[in-house]
Amino acid sequence: MSATTTTAPAGRDSRMDGSERWIQTLRDITGGSAMISVLAVLFALVVGAILIAFTNERVQETAGYFFSRPTDLLRAVWDAVAGAYSALFQGSIYNFRATNFLTAIRPLTETLTFATPLIAAGLGVGLAFRVGMFNIGGRGQMLIAAGAAGWVAFAVELPAGIHLIVAILAGLLGGAIWGGIVGLLKARTGAHEVIVTIMLNFVALYLIQFLLRTPGALQAPGSNNPKTPAMAATAVFPDLFGPRYNLHAGFLTVVAATIFVWWLLSRSNLGFQFRAVGQNPSAARVAGINVKNVYLYAMAISGALVGLAGINQVLGTVTTGFGSGIDAGIGFDAITVALLGRSKPWGIFAAGILFGAFKAGGFAMQAAEGVPIDIVVVVQALIVLFIAAPPLVRAMFHLPTPGTSRKPKIRAVKTRQTNEVVAK
Amino acid sequence: MSTLTQSSAPASTPIVKPAAQIRSWKIPITFGSFAVLSLFLFVVLGRGLRGELSTFRLSEGRDLIQLPEVALPTFATGVFVAVVLVLMAAASAWLVYRHTKIPIVLTILFALLFLVGFLAWAASGSTIPVPGLLIGTVTLSAPLIFGALGGVLSERAGVVNVAIEGQLLAGAFSSAVVASATGNPYLGLLAAMVAGALVSMVLAAFVLKYLVDQVIVGVVLNVLVIGLTSFLYSQVLAPSANLNSPDVFPRLNVPFLSEIPIIGPVLFRQTIIVYVMYVAIALVYFGLFRTKWGLRVRAVGEHPQAADTVGINVNRTRFIAVTLGGVISGFGGAYFTLGAVGAFNKEMTNGMGFIALAAVIFGQWHPIKATLAALLFGFATNLQNVLGIIGSPVPSEFMLMLPYVVTIFAVAGFVGRSRAPAADGKPYIK
Amino acid sequence: MKLELRGITKRFGALVANNNISLTVESGEIHALLGENGAGKSTLMNVLYGLYNAEEGDILLDDVVQKFAGPGDAMNAGIGMVHQHFMLVPVFTVAENVVLGHEQTTFGGRLDLSAARAKVREISDRFGFDIDPDALIEDLPVGVQQRVEIIKALSQDAKVLVFDEPTAVLTPQETDELMIIMRQLAESGTSIVFITHKLREVRAVADRITVIRLGTVVGEASPTATNAELASLMVGRAVELTVHKNAPELRGTALSVKNLSVIDSRNQIVVNSVSFDVQAGEVLAIAGVQGNGQTELTEALLGLQQHVTGLIELDGKPLRGYSVRHILDSGVGFVPEDRTEDGLIADFSIAENLMLDRSSGAPFVKAGNLQLGFRAQFAAEKIAEFDIRSQGSEMEAGRLSGGNQQKVVLARELSRELRLFVAAQPTRGLDVGSIEFVHTRIIETRDSGIPVIVVSTELDEVVALADRIAVMYRGEIVGIVPGNTPRATLGLMMAGEHAPATESGL
Repeated sequence: MSATTTTAPAGRDSRMDGSERWIQTLRDITGGSAMISVLAVLFALVVGAILIAFTNERVQETAGYFFSRPTDLLRAVWDAVAGAYSALFQGSIYNFRATNFLTAIRPLTETLTFATPLIAAGLGVGLAFRVGMFNIGGRGQMLIAAGAAGWVAFAVELPAGIHLIVAILAGLLGGAIWGGIVGLLKARTGAHEVIVTIMLNFVALYLIQFLLRTPGALQAPGSNNPKTPAMAATAVFPDLFGPRYNLHAGFLTVVAATIFVWWLLSRSNLGFQFRAVGQNPSAARVAGINVKNVYLYAMAISGALVGLAGINQVLGTVTTGFGSGIDAGIGFDAITVALLGRSKPWGIFAAGILFGAFKAGGFAMQAAEGVPIDIVVVVQALIVLFIAAPPLVRAMFHLPTPGTSRKPKIRAVKTRQTNEVVAK
Repeated sequence: MSTLTQSSAPASTPIVKPAAQIRSWKIPITFGSFAVLSLFLFVVLGRGLRGELSTFRLSEGRDLIQLPEVALPTFATGVFVAVVLVLMAAASAWLVYRHTKIPIVLTILFALLFLVGFLAWAASGSTIPVPGLLIGTVTLSAPLIFGALGGVLSERAGVVNVAIEGQLLAGAFSSAVVASATGNPYLGLLAAMVAGALVSMVLAAFVLKYLVDQVIVGVVLNVLVIGLTSFLYSQVLAPSANLNSPDVFPRLNVPFLSEIPIIGPVLFRQTIIVYVMYVAIALVYFGLFRTKWGLRVRAVGEHPQAADTVGINVNRTRFIAVTLGGVISGFGGAYFTLGAVGAFNKEMTNGMGFIALAAVIFGQWHPIKATLAALLFGFATNLQNVLGIIGSPVPSEFMLMLPYVVTIFAVAGFVGRSRAPAADGKPYIK
Repeated sequence: MKLELRGITKRFGALVANNNISLTVESGEIHALLGENGAGKSTLMNVLYGLYNAEEGDILLDDVVQKFAGPGDAMNAGIGMVHQHFMLVPVFTVAENVVLGHEQTTFGGRLDLSAARAKVREISDRFGFDIDPDALIEDLPVGVQQRVEIIKALSQDAKVLVFDEPTAVLTPQETDELMIIMRQLAESGTSIVFITHKLREVRAVADRITVIRLGTVVGEASPTATNAELASLMVGRAVELTVHKNAPELRGTALSVKNLSVIDSRNQIVVNSVSFDVQAGEVLAIAGVQGNGQTELTEALLGLQQHVTGLIELDGKPLRGYSVRHILDSGVGFVPEDRTEDGLIADFSIAENLMLDRSSGAPFVKAGNLQLGFRAQFAAEKIAEFDIRSQGSEMEAGRLSGGNQQKVVLARELSRELRLFVAAQPTRGLDVGSIEFVHTRIIETRDSGIPVIVVSTELDEVVALADRIAVMYRGEIVGIVPGNTPRATLGLMMAGEHAPATESGL
């Protein structure tokens, strides 16, 4: 009798029979995250289509005489939107107009090439998210890693193979140090990682700019430009499918990194501690986990992963020498990639490929249809926005809410600061 | 039990214990680091500058009251500053050892002295136009200050505002378009406020209605605004230039005030945007700390349940505060187009929104302190410009780096344990 | 003002928190609402206060049906509430908290705080409180904070005042004073609803008693009813308030604490030169009102406090100054007082929570790899052994009931090889069934020869479990007494007195 208060909600689902389970599964699919993701992508594309149509000159013209010949407008809208999206598709996945398969499939390899640094940096940002930290320092970590890897690649002479590995290790170390500083400061002094990463972005930028115009450091000999010499052939990622495609072996490092992060987070004890600290630092501390060390290790690994993106840029994508713009905004794109991938390694992998496809296709679309590539950024942002707000998407498409019978989750307002946890 | 035998119970007095004996070495360590840095820069590196003079020009040519130029011997000044800084670091260590609180004046003096030493060293053999340096500081800080004020308002109400960058950019874009289309820059300012408000209303809607993580929405909104403005720029503004050529606000001299030496040119020879900024700083401070509305906003950001139980509508209060924050940040965006460049460019805010966010945190969520933090960043940016013109003994990149390094030290050394509004970033669910 | 609730029903999804509850409070009456944790008392009061909307039923004030869309409406109608968790903004002053929501302004929308200060002083004087209107709430002790809550309600001319578990944070002496204040309020015509689960207090102050269980009114009683009668009404069966235990089998001193002091992050000495021993095979209870240093003392034992001086020895080996990891590995088991904050990770599964404090080595980890098979098997065993009601070991701990969450914590801590067991507030917020379970496990642990420290603010729990009792007051141990010491003595000690004889202080 005394235990009746507690038994009501528990044990209900475990006794679910077969048919109930099937219904539940169906509910999870329609109401769950997979469906939400698909709808979010569709809806974002629709908004993109509206923007493309509205700003199209031909559409604006035909809208002027809409009432006399409405079909002209509809045709113009269709042409604008279909033209843009088909160019996007053909530029990112498969080119139907190509004469043979090997040429037709080239866009897909372009997509993977663009995806490579996005995935690496996304993994870094996502890992930090899982430990409860916001790493906006992608730019700095990429620059330092690129500088370190690049210097080894053009200034050091080593046999092929070893040279590449040493260059990669140098880059990883650079990223790890730049990220580790953040973790160290947060652990030792409670400094907010958002400020420190932003500040370190600038410090790294100016440091690299200085090195790029200093002869004997990163500057190409005999040149006045703030640019490095080309990487030595022994330190460059080999092409995966021959010189016809841009895709290089850097993609394999990113696959390996994804597997590593998956293992780290779900199979290793260090990852267990990472997640524990990310979810509840005070409980982790009480359970004997060294929260300070976790912040340090997590930021170092996060920085190394983001650094891998920088390494891929200099040893794979731009091997003819680089300037201080080598990060190409990937450090910030990585934040959206990590969010779309829900900070899970394979989710980030998929999100990185999707965004890589948008990037590859966006260039093709801009060239073929004159639609600015920036539309891709809009679509990407909308996707993440919709995915982040499942209730909104459900409301728009009248989907059922999963687990409706659950008691509303009451979140107490925590007054204890994480800083305090760190300070103890 | 009717007789009231109220004694002031022992438990109703606070549990006061003698101040405990913990020493925090953060400040001495920070001071020490800077003292060592100045020894290295001013004395070791500065040896080569013996015999050079560093000149500070305190007046502009058109000022009514002309102050004389101040010329300091570079090396001697450097040695003097370095020695005093070392002494001050030692003094702070001694104070900590004696369990005495380090007076804030000491910190301020330390910072000022370091700055003087640094400027003297950097300007060896040439002249630093002090008014020019400071005028530029105020001008360049304007968007940062607006952004920081917007952030402070939003975060005081408990909504983390990472979308400052987006609000600034939206303000810049719409002010350029509207000012160009109507030929009236004041309408441009209005449009900037509306655009900033729209961005923050989206933030508020997602955060308050759909309970989406506040940082995520903020980041994504930044990307969305960057994408939208860049797309519209390429597609609409670039082809037809008449939509992107607004009039730039001229500098207005305030009579009398602008003739005060140093302060006059710095504060009172600015554009209308900067004058509005002064008003905005005062209004945000007054609004937050002196009015009924501000009390409620802060209550909602600190303890939303407590606010709810006294009949305050938490989400509505938050919505209004966030929207107002957007209005202010958006107005700051107009600086880029109507106050400086005179045309919109892709991503022209260039990360200033994030610096403003840093100023919010560095400024401990306080409008005045955040303004000071923003001024520090503005000073840093302008110092680069000035030193770039006069030339300096060290690579300009290291000069540029310095303010960011200083910020890291400051955040680690002084405000590491600063307290955000207790409910900042947390949705309120009954 | 007369308050009447008619047929209030409030549901959360499938859970019925209040089922057709009716209640009448006459003007000037103190009406106690008695029920154990989770019976639905707080839900009912939140309905009354306009925080929740009831699905069915009416609220009447002086026989007029009221419609409350929010707390503002309830307040305007004359209902005031003294919340269990004080609804005070810690960084605001007393005056600011009192006027929040009803601020008066002067020219230009300026906040008129002088009016607020005057109001605070006026009400404080009326009740003999000594409260500085400009003091920051976070600097005030809880007893004073509660008075600020009362002032806040009275400043809105509340005619019906609801006290939600008001004595949980008070010393016996403060509790007595609160009773006097409540009496005084009732005499001046205020109707009072007094929500509690403490029988003694109900009998001391209430005019009428309504008992609710599982969201339903199960009976009314008068203050003359005995404890046993009230308890059986409240729990639905005859309850024994004691735990069966034999005399302790003492096996020598295991833990030795000498001159232990703790300084907190605000530079206050929160534990002041405390010394005690615990023998293997006994329960030492640390009694005291919340906030007198017990939390910090247990945290110091676990290595969770930074600035600790003095000596802590377990089986002759020093513990002070070592990491939490080292101390746990030395065989210290710990149940933290705030289960959801410090004991569990809500988003982790039961299995993950069960290995939380053993994430650095065997048997859960080999060569850096989690041993998932072992973990699942271990979790299944513990779920069975501790009767954790769940949907399996992969269910998130945050979705368990409080009692089952505590069982997870206990299962984790008791499954290690222990040399000392420290349980802080082990039954806070639990239902009676879970309390019995937890108490039984604690006594079993003691009987297996492990020294046990139980920290509790509930005198009932202290008396039920302890072989010896150490009473803490303002960071010091005022005395260590046998487990059978009379409650009255303990109560005086909790107010800081070393001996039963009253000191002539003031």
